[in-house]
Amino acid sequence: MKTIRIALGLASVFFTTFALAQGSIDKRRSGYQDMGEALQKMQDDDTANPGMLFVQLGEQLWAKPAGTANKSCADCHATGSMKGVAARYPAIPKDADKPVDLEGRINLCRTANQQADPLAPESRELLSLAAYVAFQSRGQPIAPPSDPRLGPFRAQGAEIYRRREGQLNLSCAICHDDNAGKKLAGVTIPEAHPTGYPIYRLEWQALGSLKRRLRNCLVGIRAEAFAYDAPDYVALEVYLMDRAKGMPLEAPGVRP
Amino acid sequence: MKRTSVIPRPKAEGPLKPQERSLAALGMTAGMDRRVFLAGSALLTVLPFASAHATPEAMAAAIKEVVGEGTIREGKVKLDLPPLVENGNVVPLTVSVDSPMTPADHVKAIHVFNEKNPQPHVFSARLGPRNGKAVIGTRIKLADSQKIIAIAETSSGAFWSASADVIVTLAACIEDVT
Amino acid sequence: MTNILVNAPKTAKPGEIVEIKALIMHPMETGFRPGTNGRIIPRDIIEHFVATWNGTEIFRMEMSPAIATNPFVSFFAVATESGTIGLRWTGDKGFLAEEQVAITVG
Repeated sequence: MKTIRIALGLASVFFTTFALAQGSIDKRRSGYQDMGEALQKMQDDDTANPGMLFVQLGEQLWAKPAGTANKSCADCHATGSMKGVAARYPAIPKDADKPVDLEGRINLCRTANQQADPLAPESRELLSLAAYVAFQSRGQPIAPPSDPRLGPFRAQGAEIYRRREGQLNLSCAICHDDNAGKKLAGVTIPEAHPTGYPIYRLEWQALGSLKRRLRNCLVGIRAEAFAYDAPDYVALEVYLMDRAKGMPLEAPGVRP
Repeated sequence: MKRTSVIPRPKAEGPLKPQERSLAALGMTAGMDRRVFLAGSALLTVLPFASAHATPEAMAAAIKEVVGEGTIREGKVKLDLPPLVENGNVVPLTVSVDSPMTPADHVKAIHVFNEKNPQPHVFSARLGPRNGKAVIGTRIKLADSQKIIAIAETSSGAFWSASADVIVTLAACIEDVT
Repeated sequence: MTNILVNAPKTAKPGEIVEIKALIMHPMETGFRPGTNGRIIPRDIIEHFVATWNGTEIFRMEMSPAIATNPFVSFFAVATESGTIGLRWTGDKGFLAEEQVAITVG
């Protein structure tokens, strides 16, 4: 079984860009900064970050042929060619009119180019591939595409973000804009920037997508989570990524 | 270790109350315990494990099994745990023992115990002079705020220990149980 | 196939104390959690982790269900001679995983 010995140079690059971003006027905080030191250390060490187990798996899957076309991702996308990709998703694919998130884009490739079945949502394979792709954008600033067609979806996302939901009648904005930095049940409320996705969430003891985390939020405010394939999640992500524009990506992040 | 939480917690005296006992038996993690409790008390009636729980007495018994009649002295052992744990599912822990780790004087074993998980053992490690340093790091599950005890056994048959009080908080936003 | 990440130095001076970290993907199902049907999910954990240096055992850990999912261990070893550091995990359901890393000492 292959082992990855990854130089911690990448981690130090991340730190430097992070420090530079904080040194300037950007006061935004990633969830990383709201974690305790022990968890930050867990994220920083590539051989101790449980998310890296999934990145390693993704790297193996990248080279595996699939579908009736019997092609692997690597057949079209050379190693390292995914740099910067995760930083500019969600995006509207060519010949489409709706944005997709990274997992959606991977499944589009599976069905259209590999002629394979799409991978199940939140499946280990899909998340590992997404983690492998996102990992290659680590340290890159979040850079949503300037596609004007994204405008309405971003606006829809902003509307969902500010809309009160659930039995607790809370909107995302009430916690993550108005009360970020304060404590909720002993834990600091983060600003909710999607800087680390897919994340290894300790609560899940597994890697998971932003969609899964958003569903947890909805359950947290005692609302009924939108259907798994609802476009609301992608719209929210378009808005959140725009809100986090310029912040460095940390995938795979570790979060409590 | 210092308690740093702003949430005042009553010190657990004696065995767990019946609800707490069944909650502890319900699951390893604080998140799982309370989520199931909130989701439906119907689940509590399906409990096949009503009697499985750890208590300070069970932890003492587990320690006795390992240590026998030996005396445990406090010292030489350092137990590093975050005082406030963001999630009880994965808690980083480091045990270090002050020892020259020579063939004549070294740590033979390190045992870690807990008092509120469904069972008292966390891990046992065997070491020797080949380690150079008696330092072990791992990640553990903690079902609730509790005391953790690390015991080091040296080559001369002495037992040294350290303990830490850990506060475990619950994630605010969780999975839909259904 | 099992997914493992190991961090051990590739080279060391004789007598140098090096840190070895190992992370393995494994559910570490405790055997205390009820599933969504109310029934307890059966236990499935790694019970033993053994490290060897050119075949000689240098470290052993007995794990309980209290060890977190995707178990992580770090420990130290004195670099004696060049060769292979062997890591071996065994557990419930006949689980067995092994990994070897080479190290040059001198």
